[in-house]
Amino acid sequence: MFPGGRLLVLLACYAIAAIGAPALVRWWGPKAMYAVAAVPAATFVWALTRTGAMRSGGAVAETHPWVPELGLEISLRMSTFPWVMVLLVSGVGALVLAYSAHYFSSGEAGLGRFAAVFTAFAGAMFGLVVADDLLLLYVFWELTSVFSYLLIGHDPARSASRWAAMQALLVTTLGGLAMLTGFIMLGQHAGTYRLSEVVGHLPGGAYLVIALVLVLLGALSKSAVFPFSFWLPSAMAAPTPVSAYLHAAAMVKAGVFLIGMLTPALASEAPWQQVIWTCGAVTFLFGGWTALRQTDLKLMLAYGTVSQLGMISIVLGTGTRTAALAGAALLAGHAMFKAALFLVVGIVDKTTGTREIYTLSGLGARRPLLAAVAAVAVASMIGFPPTLGFVAKEAMLAAFWDGGPWGRAMLACLIAGAALTVAYGLRFLWGAFARKADAQETDAAPIGPGFIAAPVLLALAGLGAGLFAPGVDELLAPYADGFPEAGHAYHLALWHGLTPALGFSALALATGFGLFLALHRTSAWRSLKLPFKSGTVYKQAIGGVDRVAVELTGRTQRGSLPFYLGVILVTLVVFAGGLLVFDGPWPVGIELFDTPLQVAAGGIIVIAAISAAVAKRRLTAMVLTGVSGYGVATLFIFHGAPDLALTQFLVETVTIVMFVLVLRRLPARFSERPLKKVRRFRVAVGIAVGVVASGMAYVAVSGRQAAPISELFPDLAVSYGGGHNIVNVILVDIRAWDTMGEIAVLLVAATGVASLIFGRDRLMHRRGGSRPAPPRTGEHVKWLYRPETDGSHQAIILQVVTRLLFHTIVLFSIYLLFTGHNHPGGGFAGGLVAGLALAIRYLAGGRAELNAAAPVDAGRLLGTGLLISVGTGAASMLLGGEVLQSAILDFDLPLVGHVHFVTSTFFDIGVYLIVVGLVLDILRSLGAEIDRHQESGEDTETLPQLEKEAA
Amino acid sequence: MTPNLVYVIVIGVLFGAGVSLLLERTLTRILIGVVLIGNGVNVLILMGGAFGTPPIVGDEPVEGMSDPLPQAMILTAIVITLGITAFLLALAYRSWQLLGHDEVQDDAEDTRIIELADRDEVPHADEDDDDLPNPVYDCAPGREAVR
Repeated sequence: MFPGGRLLVLLACYAIAAIGAPALVRWWGPKAMYAVAAVPAATFVWALTRTGAMRSGGAVAETHPWVPELGLEISLRMSTFPWVMVLLVSGVGALVLAYSAHYFSSGEAGLGRFAAVFTAFAGAMFGLVVADDLLLLYVFWELTSVFSYLLIGHDPARSASRWAAMQALLVTTLGGLAMLTGFIMLGQHAGTYRLSEVVGHLPGGAYLVIALVLVLLGALSKSAVFPFSFWLPSAMAAPTPVSAYLHAAAMVKAGVFLIGMLTPALASEAPWQQVIWTCGAVTFLFGGWTALRQTDLKLMLAYGTVSQLGMISIVLGTGTRTAALAGAALLAGHAMFKAALFLVVGIVDKTTGTREIYTLSGLGARRPLLAAVAAVAVASMIGFPPTLGFVAKEAMLAAFWDGGPWGRAMLACLIAGAALTVAYGLRFLWGAFARKADAQETDAAPIGPGFIAAPVLLALAGLGAGLFAPGVDELLAPYADGFPEAGHAYHLALWHGLTPALGFSALALATGFGLFLALHRTSAWRSLKLPFKSGTVYKQAIGGVDRVAVELTGRTQRGSLPFYLGVILVTLVVFAGGLLVFDGPWPVGIELFDTPLQVAAGGIIVIAAISAAVAKRRLTAMVLTGVSGYGVATLFIFHGAPDLALTQFLVETVTIVMFVLVLRRLPARFSERPLKKVRRFRVAVGIAVGVVASGMAYVAVSGRQAAPISELFPDLAVSYGGGHNIVNVILVDIRAWDTMGEIAVLLVAATGVASLIFGRDRLMHRRGGSRPAPPRTGEHVKWLYRPETDGSHQAIILQVVTRLLFHTIVLFSIYLLFTGHNHPGGGFAGGLVAGLALAIRYLAGGRAELNAAAPVDAGRLLGTGLLISVGTGAASMLLGGEVLQSAILDFDLPLVGHVHFVTSTFFDIGVYLIVVGLVLDILRSLGAEIDRHQESGEDTETLPQLEKEAA
Repeated sequence: MTPNLVYVIVIGVLFGAGVSLLLERTLTRILIGVVLIGNGVNVLILMGGAFGTPPIVGDEPVEGMSDPLPQAMILTAIVITLGITAFLLALAYRSWQLLGHDEVQDDAEDTRIIELADRDEVPHADEDDDDLPNPVYDCAPGREAVR
């Protein structure tokens, strides 16, 4: 059905199951876990059907396009080692999900989310082990970190679980980011990100060393190897199924999996093996010792996991055939026995209510099956025949016995660690199940068969794999065959004869047993521990980061707007000014003016701007600003820019109206100027920025040499834009996207104004204004009839004149709109003229007059305008052209004559409506609504009152 | 191109006056500063294009025309300045309505952080106790079912 795409289909199944899981949990409660478990179970069965291909050293590979522009593809590949991981991840995943159905009670909070995240995690883990692209692998890698975070924080109400989740996330993603950098270094060098190809194109020297160390940071942090081991015990805050799956069988294996995948190529490259051996040995020994000191069964297993991961790293990072064989077997064995043990602890915890070894007593006699399962799993852990653990440990010891002087040194370390493992393994069994003299017999609730099934199966699998060691050997051999062989080929088996490895194995077992007995008699040894806890180091590091952040923010973020602006402007002066002064010769040659009239306009601008800056009264400052604006408009005229001049004049006028409307409510004078020193600083910065701006203008204009692109515009405007006014054609056609963005900004600004003034939702309807009351039937409505107006400060003559002129002005604005394509004008100018017409009506007759003149909602005008403009663009696209491309239509109409029509006119109509809408909105908000505030005395609506209202 | 001295001076003065107002705390003054700087920037852009006759094809020969591209950019800028002015005015009015003045205050959150820095504390210091939380002793969902 999907000949080449089974891996992708399976991944999709995980995604679908994860999305559907919450609904299933809602319907069926915890039993829904069985349904969800079907997906990993199916993966397991599918992987089993590939056994034949895997035994012969084949691989399942498929590639799907993903982001071709970035060279990213979903390339998946399952060779022997990933296949082993797929079996473990899916098999243990299915069993743990089934176990969860019994572990959680039906009232468990957040169970739907748990099921979803757990399934998603299983999918991400599956993706991780079959990913052949390094970047894809990274994506799955981080996905497992995120899902692990969510699962550790299963109970967000407890600070311990939040802390643990955050710690695990920070540590693993920090490593993950380092690893990504390493991947990119390797990938860029090799020219491909395929894992199967990168290993053949390795760089050399320091480049490779850095890349290796970065990749190892990711792998070691994920697998909780020293110095990153501290996050794993904390992660035990998660529910036990999570601990069993993520933090024993699956996620923490990602790191050692990656080591196992890369070792064939990297083992001989320093410092791959050295780093792994050192960190692994420290982890193995101290993890084992710390496990021995625990009194909580779950923590004991957690430290045991840390310890075992250190050992597996060592073995997989070694790079000989025997070691690879041993590493793969250890990895598989650990997944089975550790998951089983965690599940056993979950059952103990659940049925007795405790995990403390000094509280539990006599459980072995009451629950012999549970004790037997635990014993079989522990046997595999400590390497007791005939389990897989024993077979794997034999292989490991043999590999290091043959491994030269350093291998022998490591062998001593491994034997010591194995002895510690034996000691804490026995202590675990004793602690959970033995009868203690000074403790009460523990009560235990009955265990359902479904609850114990998963650990039973896992423990039996470990036992079975040991009994059929030659079969396991055959399956793992294709992976091991990728390594150089030293002497004869080693085979996994229960019995190799009386070899040194068997002796060491026995030695470790005996020492461990002795240690267990010795430590059992005294408790003085428990105070022996590392002088520091890496968890404390982490806490101090996090606290330090917080402190630095607070200090840095406190120093730099003073919260004062003038301060920020001052910093930005001083930077501008220093850098831009410095460049101007020190960089290169100054251009020579300046002309005084293009036309003497510019001097007059410039003089007015200069005087007005400086006076505005020193004015004490708001109105004075505003009027002077207006004057300088009109001066700039005059400059535009002289420059040869009639469109600009027209728009600038209109905008300045609207601005003055706005200012007056608002300033009537604000105090006449500016507030007291602060300290003289501060003022001098402001003036100094102002002058400096002014000088730099002048210099920049001078240098930039002098430096301009290339022919302007706009030399092409006159032809383009007529032939493509169908208009003679080039500026207008640029606005509605050549650079219509800019205009589109601009009108969107206007719309947002208008909405912002309205929401600031009207404040609350229920007031917003006033933005639409209200129509004057309709005349009663029979009443004759006179033209120029003066409706009831509010307030008494109205000039009747002005009002009547305005009414007479209003329609003429509006007509003129429409004329400007349509003539704009060929003559000065256009949507902006037209809209502003119409807006001014409305402003005059309002100024003459107040808000009733405004409503009579424009009985529409400002928001509707704005929306309609934007719709028309966007619609024009969309229509041209739908008709097969570019977005906002215009068409020229020439036709004859009876009476009117020849019509030359360009479709971009519609765009300009939209602009016109938006500008009218903006001005209307301003008049309604800053005019009419502020009037109303004034009349109703609402301006006393100060903070305390608002707070009262909120309460 | 040869720069024009009048423009250079006008740009300098508009920027200078605008910036010295921008650094004030009164919103109305800041607003006037924004308007002045806006005009200064417009003249700066204008200066980048050639001086000449209005860029309307047919009225005058193409050779002597002023550069239309900066003009189109300035036109957009002028109208956007109008929108920004309206918004800032509304902001000034709202500030006056709520607080009785239109001064820009220091940011309250920043002030809080400065106080934290002065006291040498970290955020949420009250939530963290000195010991690492023990993740295990208080977990295990479902324990209470037995007790």
